[in-house]
Amino acid sequence: MSEEFKIEIVNPEKSFLVKEDVLEVVVPAFEGEMGILKDHIPIISFLKPGIIKVFSKSGDKNYYVEDGIIEFKNNNLSILTSTIFSVTDLDKSKQGDLLNKAEAEASKSEISDQAKYLADQKVEVLRSIN
Amino acid sequence: MASLDDLKKRIASVKSTQKITKAMKMVAAAKLRRAQESAERGRPYSEKMNNIILNLSNGISDKEYAPKLLSGTGENKVHLCVVMTSDRGLCGGFNSNIIKKAKSYFSKILNEGKQLKIITVGSKGNDQLKRVYGDKIIENISFKESKNANYFDADKVGKIIIEKFEAGMFDICTIFYNQFKNVITQLPQAQQIIPLNNEEDHNNSDESYEFEPDEDEILSNLLPKNISTQIFKAMLENSASEQGSRMSAMDNATRNAGEMVDKLTIEYNRSRQAAITKELIEIISGAESL
Repeated sequence: MSEEFKIEIVNPEKSFLVKEDVLEVVVPAFEGEMGILKDHIPIISFLKPGIIKVFSKSGDKNYYVEDGIIEFKNNNLSILTSTIFSVTDLDKSKQGDLLNKAEAEASKSEISDQAKYLADQKVEVLRSIN
Repeated sequence: MASLDDLKKRIASVKSTQKITKAMKMVAAAKLRRAQESAERGRPYSEKMNNIILNLSNGISDKEYAPKLLSGTGENKVHLCVVMTSDRGLCGGFNSNIIKKAKSYFSKILNEGKQLKIITVGSKGNDQLKRVYGDKIIENISFKESKNANYFDADKVGKIIIEKFEAGMFDICTIFYNQFKNVITQLPQAQQIIPLNNEEDHNNSDESYEFEPDEDEILSNLLPKNISTQIFKAMLENSASEQGSRMSAMDNATRNAGEMVDKLTIEYNRSRQAAITKELIEIISGAESL
């Protein structure tokens, strides 16, 4: 029996990625990283800034996301996100831009604890990509 | 009757107007294709978002504690209307159609004795509304600098709306925009986004989801995003409609200019002929009298 399922990543502008031969996806869910395999029970969760790891027959790929919602149902994984970049496409200058923006956000004093936490996460994740 | 020179000048001016409208039509056609594509590409996101919210709100057991963005404040006194129009004119009935729809809604609300607040997005709507409803407009947002509709602009509008909602400035929020059907038809729409109006399409999905963290927390995170998404959808539809409407308006204008040029040319030729005849008669009668 095949162990594959379908993943679909959409952002507001377009369908970012559709893949049918995915074996495992690891997403940075809000309460910790979560690995999803075939026949996972239906789940809805949302993401914090982090790396989505997609393992598929045609190769593994990593994506950087800043936020998003995931829905898994009938072996269909939908990820809705407003900011997503493929890690391999993320060149130094773009990464620097994002990092600067996140750092500026994190250093603001008047933001709420949650916003601060998210901004710190962004900084941490962006620093770890190299 | 106008002199020959005047006619010549008019023909030249109509012809140059025709050139402009023709160019505008071409530009609109090119932009329309792009706008239409992005409107179509943006659809899966808002559809999926809607689905998830539907599933979530079905999962909520206690409606009383549902987030206010979903269930409303329980009152129906202050209405906020977000009227989305374009920043540029010369696009046929595009802006007037939205305004007309909005105005009829406004007068309905005011007749019921409710309070009205307006946010205009796009400068054309503001221009048309401020004469009559100037005191009701609380904010005017315009994205003249952005070339295409993008999500960050929509997010900005969404955040403004949510801020005002949380400050208790209104109970019900409706957005007005044009839905793109095809190049000739755009349907002005009024869509209520706060509280979320999804009672008519309650599907009886018996899927049970696992939620992490719990439903309430996800919902309170998701609903603000949904508002931005709905606004973004409206912006995409609007920009496609604007280009479509401009294209057909400019097509008409080009055709009308062509007709006018034809008419003026005939008139010009006639009066030229008349002048020649007159001159001939004068010469002949002069010769005869000798």
